[in-house]
Amino acid sequence: MGKFILDGQEIGFKPGQTIIEAAKEVGVDIPHFCWHPSLSVSGNCRVCLVEVEKMPKLAIACATQASEGMVVHTESTKALSARQAVMEFLLINHPLDCPICDEAGECKLQDYTFSHSVGESRFTEEKQHKEKRVPLGPHVMFDGDRCISCSRCIRFCDEIAGESELTFVNRGDRVTIQTFPGKELKNPYSLCVTDICPVGALTNRDFRFKARVWDMSNTSSVCPGCSRGCNVDVWVRSNEILRLTPRENEEVNNVWMCDEGRLNTWKHVNAGDRVDGPQIRRGEGLSKATWDEIYSKASAELHGFTANEIAFIGSARSTVEDNHLLAKLANHLHCKNIDFPRHIVPGSGDKILRKEDKTPNSAGALAAGISPVKDGLAFEEIMTAVKSHKIKALVVVEEDIAAMDEKYATALKQLQLLVVLASNFNATTELAHIVIPAATWTEKNGVFINFEGRAQRIRPAVATEQMDRSLDGFSMSRLDKFGTKFDRWGNYKKYDARPVWRIFLDLGHLLGLKAKFEFAEDVWEDFTKHSPGFHGITYDELGEMGLTVKKNYI
Amino acid sequence: MAVKKRMKDFTLMEKIYLPSIVAGLSITLQNMFKPKYTMEYPEVKFMPSGHYRGRPVLVQEEDGGERCVACGLCSRVCPALAIDIQAAETEREKERYPERFEINMLRCIFCGLCEEVCPEEAIVMSKEYEIAFTNRQDAIYGKDKLLTPIADLQERIEFLRNNK
Ligand code: SF4
Ligand code: SF4
Ligand code: SF4
Ligand code: SF4
Repeated sequence: MGKFILDGQEIGFKPGQTIIEAAKEVGVDIPHFCWHPSLSVSGNCRVCLVEVEKMPKLAIACATQASEGMVVHTESTKALSARQAVMEFLLINHPLDCPICDEAGECKLQDYTFSHSVGESRFTEEKQHKEKRVPLGPHVMFDGDRCISCSRCIRFCDEIAGESELTFVNRGDRVTIQTFPGKELKNPYSLCVTDICPVGALTNRDFRFKARVWDMSNTSSVCPGCSRGCNVDVWVRSNEILRLTPRENEEVNNVWMCDEGRLNTWKHVNAGDRVDGPQIRRGEGLSKATWDEIYSKASAELHGFTANEIAFIGSARSTVEDNHLLAKLANHLHCKNIDFPRHIVPGSGDKILRKEDKTPNSAGALAAGISPVKDGLAFEEIMTAVKSHKIKALVVVEEDIAAMDEKYATALKQLQLLVVLASNFNATTELAHIVIPAATWTEKNGVFINFEGRAQRIRPAVATEQMDRSLDGFSMSRLDKFGTKFDRWGNYKKYDARPVWRIFLDLGHLLGLKAKFEFAEDVWEDFTKHSPGFHGITYDELGEMGLTVKKNYI
Repeated sequence: MAVKKRMKDFTLMEKIYLPSIVAGLSITLQNMFKPKYTMEYPEVKFMPSGHYRGRPVLVQEEDGGERCVACGLCSRVCPALAIDIQAAETEREKERYPERFEINMLRCIFCGLCEEVCPEEAIVMSKEYEIAFTNRQDAIYGKDKLLTPIADLQERIEFLRNNK
């Protein structure tokens, strides 16, 4: 490891590292637009110009390799004036669009204009006008005026997504971005370009104009779209999810996530078909009941069956905590028929991020003991046994079994007792005798274990009826902090739903289960005591990034 | 040390009070014939000039649309959190408009910061000061109450331009 001097401070570098990379490692952020740590070096924005002693001209820090004894100045008069000049150039044709631009508030150009430019333009001529509001594909909107031609989006498609869809056309101040003839920007990761575009030239059509970034809170969580478990931020305003963005974690997803996960994993949380409060079948339809009513009814009815007549279906969409309590309850009732359905979609994976297992927690469900006990029935066998009346009572957690297969739906009709824990009404709740509203992945604490055995925390971003944003330690926006119930934004809908583990805990108490947990963390602690691979790992240790556990333990 | 003047030290003229009463009455008399500064509100209404900061309103263009692009800056700068906006897309060139724009008049403190920050000159302080309601819900003014034809706001807009 060599050493060079950056702004009077000696710092180390690995052979081949550029100045910008070495500086980043010691926490010095040299201004940059086109350089991105995960993309190739393009060196076109010129904003990272630094002064290197003994070099005749200023050098771009993103493409100049650090070398032994080099003396670099990022704040010298020469470097500063070059940076200011570059900013002035970039702003010549950039429109004053911030009021109508979704990027405002998280825009690199705004930030750098604030910190690195003189704040005045000498350009009085008419600005170049280009096409605005151009849909480049199903998810991405392009604004030609705002593009600063950094080529990050082009390089992303070429190098990361592996599908060349974008290119520059024209030259000089007319240069703009276009898709190749006959192509659209629709690779499975297309929305990542909206994250890396340093300005508001590429924006998310799904999120377009929904909210200002400073009005939302963001919560660190994990995408439940597949067994990769990409780290995400959940953005919420007025208790409503508005978008997901990837959160950097080099071990899992780097800074990317797929469009499917970004767009389709949370819409059900805001949807109109949420199960709001417990429901009991009275005659044909379901009607609302109190929690006490359904707990006592469910426990009384379960009492009426022998252990062999009952089966439990867990879910790889639920957390480790949820499944742990389910397994505990099944064990307490000496029920051996416990399993969870797999959601493997062959051909839906790739080498980038997406996995074929479309659930986030298969490994966690297994680790929590959701698999048939010796002589117990597995999922398919349970369904056959339901059909042949051997299983008479079934408890289903967060799975829409009736929608998976026509024959399952017919089978479920044979049951004497069907208890369904679900967040939204679906084909299975249609057939249920008791529907218990389950909190979604954005409304509870818990852990998902991904395909590699990495345990990662999810956190509540949306409050349910029993939760309070400030008392329960939610991430809070300015509006959350100062709103009252008389303000529209503070007077939001909260659903009456509870985390699956809490439902099984309360139900378990009525069935004689002796367990005492206050928080999800207590359930996790109990789980780690019984799972050798996780001994002593606390929520704090999992932190924001999670921990990988040796595979042979799960 | 100054000696305090006591009652018994008054001169004769002071003791009989009359000259002071006459002096006082003459001021009253003089003022009876000077122009009046008070008004018989509410029969007579105060008409402020352009400098006055009455309740904030939204500028309505001649074509009937709002000028506001729902950028949210007024809502962000408002120290009282009085403004709540939901933006949406429009076919017009400006791309976005406020689908919902509400000012909670119970929160507003008439500071005028919203007007100052607006990049579009779309929200201005009007001359209206008669704001009363009997419940919290009525205090939330929506677009129906906020949109004001630009012609009625000329005086304020000119005042703003002259006093940048
Ligand atoms: S890209 Fe940034 S600087 Fe340009 S209009 Fe959008 S927010 Fe403003
Ligand atoms: S659209 Fe964005 S990412 Fe692509 S070149 Fe322009 S500024 Fe860069
Ligand atoms: S006048 Fe002041 S308090 Fe009233 S809405 Fe505007 S910024 Fe808010
Ligand atoms: S600052 Fe002006 S343009 Fe922006 S939302 Fe407020 S009124 Fe509309």
